[in-house]
Amino acid sequence: MNARPVLSAFRQALQEAWAGGAGIFLPATFFAGAAVLVPLGVGVDNALLRSIGPGILWVALALSSLVTMERLFQADLEDGALDLWLQTDLPISAYAAAKTLAHWCVAGLPLALMTPVLGILLQIEPAKLPMFAAGYAIGGIAFFFWGGVGAALSASVRRGGLLIALIALPFFFPTAIFGARALQAGTATSPEALYLIASALFSLSVAPFAMGAALRLAAD
Amino acid sequence: MGMLSYFANPARFMRLSNWLAPVFYTASAVLIVYGVWQGLWAVPKDEVQGGDIMRVMFIHVPGAYISMAAYGAMAVSAFIWYVWRHELADVAAKSIAPLGAGWTIICLSTGSIWGKPTFNTWWQWGDARMMSVLFLLFLYLGYMALRAAMDTRQKAARASAILAMVGILNLPLIKFSVDIFSSTLHQGASVITMEGPKMSAVYLWPLGLSALGHTFLFGAMVMTLMRAEIRTRRAGALRAQHLAGS
Repeated sequence: MNARPVLSAFRQALQEAWAGGAGIFLPATFFAGAAVLVPLGVGVDNALLRSIGPGILWVALALSSLVTMERLFQADLEDGALDLWLQTDLPISAYAAAKTLAHWCVAGLPLALMTPVLGILLQIEPAKLPMFAAGYAIGGIAFFFWGGVGAALSASVRRGGLLIALIALPFFFPTAIFGARALQAGTATSPEALYLIASALFSLSVAPFAMGAALRLAAD
Repeated sequence: MGMLSYFANPARFMRLSNWLAPVFYTASAVLIVYGVWQGLWAVPKDEVQGGDIMRVMFIHVPGAYISMAAYGAMAVSAFIWYVWRHELADVAAKSIAPLGAGWTIICLSTGSIWGKPTFNTWWQWGDARMMSVLFLLFLYLGYMALRAAMDTRQKAARASAILAMVGILNLPLIKFSVDIFSSTLHQGASVITMEGPKMSAVYLWPLGLSALGHTFLFGAMVMTLMRAEIRTRRAGALRAQHLAGS
């Protein structure tokens, strides 16, 4: 298989993120806002924040991945680019995976890189923060790929944002559970951390095919 | 495959369900009434399981079993529709979803009622079984929401079939992820185990018959919803024909 169309889909998705709005700033600001809202809601007790801080960041990451998902395939469907992709030799699932991975690079990875700063705000021990950031980055892959399935299934639905959330949330549960436990275990080689990686790999192996089938449907 | 095509004929289904659904309703009424009577009055109470409150088991356990079996049936129907495009399979999947969600809610609510006096809490986060069933409810709700959002029947069938199939692939992962929470509250399996049933026969028989009754009720209600759906589609086709002037 020729790799160039995949790279081109990847590059196109990166450019779209910058062309269509504020690029990485919008999801990053939403993520920070959601994480900052929680101390205001549950109280400012430092010991409490330290114990729930990692979990707050998981929830904020899951929500951020959902709110940016709606336009992932919708723009390509509306301007006809999806039809052109379907006519190329490239399997549509490879295109979907490239788009989703590019979207993760723009709207997922930067959030994981931000978590050390937010983690300090939430009273998490600084020594743990780099390993936590890696956990959020890996968990984000699973969130984005399952969210991508929801986005592909509801690509033809107007205002499908809430629908994406309802479809994708049950698929987030295993990753959220493994992720929270991996951070509790606190080491990169703990079984929980390996489960977290496994759940991300599982989403990478299953979600592209579901997205491909859903995109073929959306283009009909 | 011959059998699949045999049952895929909607006219044959309408003839079959016309007498089979009432038979199922009758059988379910007899069995559920027997199960509830046995549960509420006949069997002795079990102090280990919280005294009189354990009598809710005769609804709770069938609810749990139907909620899971229904999702499996829905995914199999979705698969059959996706591969062979037998419209009846899609009608079945569409009809199963709200009923499966209903039995899931029965399982969750009776479980809470049982849990409050026994475990001293309505709900326990981190209990593997409670969470799996809750996730199952979300899977049903997402499936129904997706169907409702699609503007044509064909699209609804295709999109929801993809979702149901991905969902069943994900179920083992969900099960495994909640299992590593290492639950302590909910008891382990006591009916279907490698060593055979651990439950005493005085409970096992009414429970089994009650579960069978719920199975008949579920089957009968699926048939009723499927008949309604087939008639709705037929009415739509007739109206389209009428408007076309033929």
